[in-house]
Amino acid sequence: MVTTYHYLLLSAALFTIGVIGVLTRRNIMIILMSIELMMNAVNINLIAFSDRLQQVTGQVFAIFVITVAAAEAAVGLGIVIAMFKNKETMNINEIDLMKW
Amino acid sequence: MGDHFIPDVTEIRNPKSEIRNHDEPMLELILFYVFATVAVVSALLVITRHNVVHSAAFLGATLFAVAGIFLTLHAEFLAGVQVIVYVGGILVLFVFVIMLIAVDRSTHERQFNRQWTIALITAGILIAELVYGLTQGKESFILPAPIPSAAGIPGNSEQVGTALYTMYLLPFEIASILLLVAIVGAVVLSKKRTPAE
Repeated sequence: MVTTYHYLLLSAALFTIGVIGVLTRRNIMIILMSIELMMNAVNINLIAFSDRLQQVTGQVFAIFVITVAAAEAAVGLGIVIAMFKNKETMNINEIDLMKW
Repeated sequence: MGDHFIPDVTEIRNPKSEIRNHDEPMLELILFYVFATVAVVSALLVITRHNVVHSAAFLGATLFAVAGIFLTLHAEFLAGVQVIVYVGGILVLFVFVIMLIAVDRSTHERQFNRQWTIALITAGILIAELVYGLTQGKESFILPAPIPSAAGIPGNSEQVGTALYTMYLLPFEIASILLLVAIVGAVVLSKKRTPAE
């Protein structure tokens, strides 16, 4: 039988993959995609507990997470386009305007 | 309407009844492993591919697989939202931006950071923490499967809608303001500066 534990393991795996993507990649598009992966992992957790505890609150919370993910993608991609117009690069190592 | 629902309800109340396994446990297990494998493998491909377009395509596969996971958790509404908002909205936005900016140069560059060893060590610590927490609390995480809803309980979309528009009305409105701010912010960030400025 599929238990909540299975879903927690899947969620932990996806979250870790997202963290590794954010920390190791240099392409800013892939970093944004990894952030989406992490948000999906969180949603799996919320919905697994929502189902097993028969509480719809978890699903409502997941809807808010998806809303925040959409807003984050819109603003993040706007920043990517603005940055690309200025520096012609997607490489985060070259985006160091604010580096002291 | 009354007559044929009554035996169902009494069967659900009886814990030894077969109706507890309404979901076909074997099928549920197979579906879970298929979706979980697709999700994890395509997530790994997202963070390892050189070409950004390939990463976006594999991200789509992951999102679809997660929608399938939501279906196995009886969250039909969330599965629909996942496909419509994530795949139909966010992923298409990603692909649009990839089309706007040059892909060719970044494909041939070095793909990983210079500090990737430190990054992997940090991720290893995270994995160790997660595995420790999950194995220590394994017993408490295994909750019994929910009893399939009786005839009188409304469907998933109805439950989510009722909760969203009554108990969580204020957060819902705040979320709409957040989306408005995000839209305005994205337009301001990416609009062309006129020479007069």
